[in-house]
Amino acid sequence: MTSKNSKVVELEQVAIRFAGDSGDGMQLTGSLFSDSTAFTGNDFATFPDYPAEIRAPQGTVSGVSGFQINFGSNLIHTSGDMVDVLVAMNPASLKANMRWLKEGAIIIVDIDSFNEKGLEKAGYTTDPTLDGSLSKYKLVKTPISNLTKEALKPFNMDVKSVLKAKNMFALGIVMYMFNRDTSLIYDYFEKKFKSNPLIVKANKTALDAGHSYADTLEIFAHTYKVEPTALPKGKYRNITGNIATAWGFIAASERSGRPLFLGSYPITPATEILAELTKYKNLSVRAFQAEDEIAGIVSAIGASFTGAMAITTTSGPGLSLKSEAIGLAVMTELPLVIVDVQRGGPSTGLPTKSEQSDLMQALFGRNGEAPVIVLAAKSSTDCFYSAYEASKLAMEHMTPVILLTDGALANGSEVFRIPNMDELPEIVPPLAKANDANYKPYRRNEERLCREWAIPGTEGLRHRVGGLEKENGIGNVSHDPSNHELMTYLREEKVNRVANYIPELEVIGKEDADVLVVSWGGTYGVMLTVVEQMQRKGKSIALAHFRHIMPLPKNTEEILSRYKKIIVCEINNGQFVKYLRMNFPQYKYEQYNKIQGLPFLVAELENKFNDLLNQ
Amino acid sequence: MENQNIENQVLNLTKEDFSSNQLVKWCPGCGDHAILRAMENVFPNLGIKKEDFVVVSGIGCSSRFPYYMNTYGFHGIHGRAAALATGVKLANPKLSVWMISGDGDSMAIGGNHFIHVVRRNVDINLLLFNNRIYGLTKGQFSPTTAKGTKTKTSPQGTYERPFNPGELVIGAQGNFFARAVDVNPKEMTEIFIEAAKHKGTSVCEVLQNCVIFAQGVHEIITGRDTKDDYQVKCEHGKPLIFGKEKNKGIRLNGTKLEVVKIGENGITESDILVHDKTQADSGIHMMLARMMPPEFPVAIGVIRSVATETFNDALDNLIESEKQNCKVKNMTDLLNSGDTWEIK
Repeated sequence: MTSKNSKVVELEQVAIRFAGDSGDGMQLTGSLFSDSTAFTGNDFATFPDYPAEIRAPQGTVSGVSGFQINFGSNLIHTSGDMVDVLVAMNPASLKANMRWLKEGAIIIVDIDSFNEKGLEKAGYTTDPTLDGSLSKYKLVKTPISNLTKEALKPFNMDVKSVLKAKNMFALGIVMYMFNRDTSLIYDYFEKKFKSNPLIVKANKTALDAGHSYADTLEIFAHTYKVEPTALPKGKYRNITGNIATAWGFIAASERSGRPLFLGSYPITPATEILAELTKYKNLSVRAFQAEDEIAGIVSAIGASFTGAMAITTTSGPGLSLKSEAIGLAVMTELPLVIVDVQRGGPSTGLPTKSEQSDLMQALFGRNGEAPVIVLAAKSSTDCFYSAYEASKLAMEHMTPVILLTDGALANGSEVFRIPNMDELPEIVPPLAKANDANYKPYRRNEERLCREWAIPGTEGLRHRVGGLEKENGIGNVSHDPSNHELMTYLREEKVNRVANYIPELEVIGKEDADVLVVSWGGTYGVMLTVVEQMQRKGKSIALAHFRHIMPLPKNTEEILSRYKKIIVCEINNGQFVKYLRMNFPQYKYEQYNKIQGLPFLVAELENKFNDLLNQ
Repeated sequence: MENQNIENQVLNLTKEDFSSNQLVKWCPGCGDHAILRAMENVFPNLGIKKEDFVVVSGIGCSSRFPYYMNTYGFHGIHGRAAALATGVKLANPKLSVWMISGDGDSMAIGGNHFIHVVRRNVDINLLLFNNRIYGLTKGQFSPTTAKGTKTKTSPQGTYERPFNPGELVIGAQGNFFARAVDVNPKEMTEIFIEAAKHKGTSVCEVLQNCVIFAQGVHEIITGRDTKDDYQVKCEHGKPLIFGKEKNKGIRLNGTKLEVVKIGENGITESDILVHDKTQADSGIHMMLARMMPPEFPVAIGVIRSVATETFNDALDNLIESEKQNCKVKNMTDLLNSGDTWEIK
């Protein structure tokens, strides 16, 4: 079904948020709209906003579930902050999302839910659709519940089942707004409800009814169109950060020839990586749900000793619990990747909110001198490449690697160009050769300083490792003072030399810009959006974004030295800026920090950077 | 069920193949020396290649063990050997995995991992050296220290109830539990061989003497004059008879075990409980494991050995069937599976 309405306005970029009660099916609504966005050829990014509770009280603000999509004709780097369109299925979802509305945004509400009970549950004393408080916006009051009931009357379904389809009615309206054919979504119904033709029909009918309603009643002054994005040729899919992380590991395992072992314990927001990897027994993935965080990592260390590409996945509190075991992997010089999907801390903190506050813990949170490689993924799709690179570095340099992602990357999704496996760099672990008469457990590669991986079952390589200090080369337990000092230097230098095997830092912008913006990890999308936007406005600003934290890229100092004003932006209280001050104390750093469990907003960054430019 | 990889193949291995060149640093007279000797005698006779053994441990006196065996070995961190062993076994189920642990390592800091490795039935052999004391930290009470014992951290005597490892194993649905004393190399060897043959987690508790901090803690069980009255050997299919005169036995009376004297009150050998290590119901095994002096002799030998699917086999079977049934055969298939679209 396509639109009859001919007034079409072209837009470059649109952010839409679908919001409703947890039971209203907003995640599905959003993901179906995303699918149609993909078919339309737009680049897009999405973000789900779940309530912290599994079943929060119905109709309340704490029970609101949201799904945001940002799509455009240009490349999209974030799921957007302020939205152009809000679909609010009840008063609570309107209330919860008021702060995300752009001025003049379109709000589509299910007016049937704005009754006394619904308003009271949401904590409204007056009806916002009547009291003038929404005058800055374009309010589209639609009796979505009643119209869905009306449309589905012929199916003789019970009221509860009928109301389950009201999200599709709402989706139909939005599909109409953006000139999209509802048939793009039919396929999904047919697959999903294969065994229930009545539900397939009901959903199609509700979707089309919403579309026709918007068309016939001309509830919008015009409809909108977003031209396809000029994306490179290729095959694409939509992927979340957690799934991309899981897949990056499978790819690295296949490429390196080392079987994949995951030892993990469920923790928000990292659990999905475990859940995803347990699916792929067909690809010989061995995923072990352990009895706790410690058993998760220690089983992975056992597997690593045994020759597996071993990983463990967690979030902040779990990383704390794994600290001692990470030290064991440092001491035994075994490959291991530890994924920390960061969330708000300390302690239990804000489990469902994103933060970048585990950086110091990742760098320094262990007893003794225990250096590890630290990487930070920059986007949901980059989680794939970061997991791959973390695995490569861990195996080729025989050391633990901490990969930092965060809740926002983990749950957010982006358009992912499917790579060919042969595009990915080779991974060649330093396996010791059977019956090598000269084999010594701590014999080192001269360039990388890593020891060899001698795998149980291999003839002629029996050896012991453990948490006690070892004599360099021969590998026996050693309490010799100068050996301990030597081994400490070697473990440090081994990690430092990884700088020779990672790409140099790139700057987006001019060498002589007035301000250098510095960021790391998951904030890349918003930083790039702001900096490019300001550059288009002629501002003298550049961006240096770090994916490699330990070691830092070799040209870091040289790049920092070029700029008079440097501002380091982080979703924490200033951890990376402290790290830069420690490493390069000769430069002056401004900082911009946000610690609200919320992402940076484009506007707040632009204001801050403008202030700095004008100083 | 017997381990598939233990065959009667002749590998011509000897004790020397497993002796390491490291100086053994346990105290002179420590029970650990005897356990090490028993292990060196067991490993060459299992029909397993020397490269296929992995010995892992946690922390404590016992946990230095891997350094003293010439196998692949991993000296882990305190309490976590069970997790380490699980990772090794899952990563390569063909390996013969031996975990060496103590009462502090496995009953206190590693209690959680201990019960879970047993519950899952990972096919490893777990030797638990029980000296009822913390040795390496120099003499604090452990979770198996008898109530009232004076130690460095219980100067007035402990006031907490100890664990009995056998009860814990069976309580965690364990299917193999055996016990030996460190002064009886023959019995240690026997139970280690049976443990190796058992598929699944096999726990062998060795009552081991710490000469420095808990000297004589097992004296009533192991002493020359008392051992016959305080040890009952559990032999499958044989009555549980003990005593210097071989005239005492364990009888099941209603729902309880009791010590009876053959020839007194009309009791004959046929009244004595015949040991069945393979009984799936763990009730009697639990009662046997729980027997303690002075009321009872301690049960020695294989108390329970019941065949059940192992955790690693279950995973391997799933992997095999998924490989057969799934269309996605490699990463390229996976990347291209599900909803994708083409930009031309």
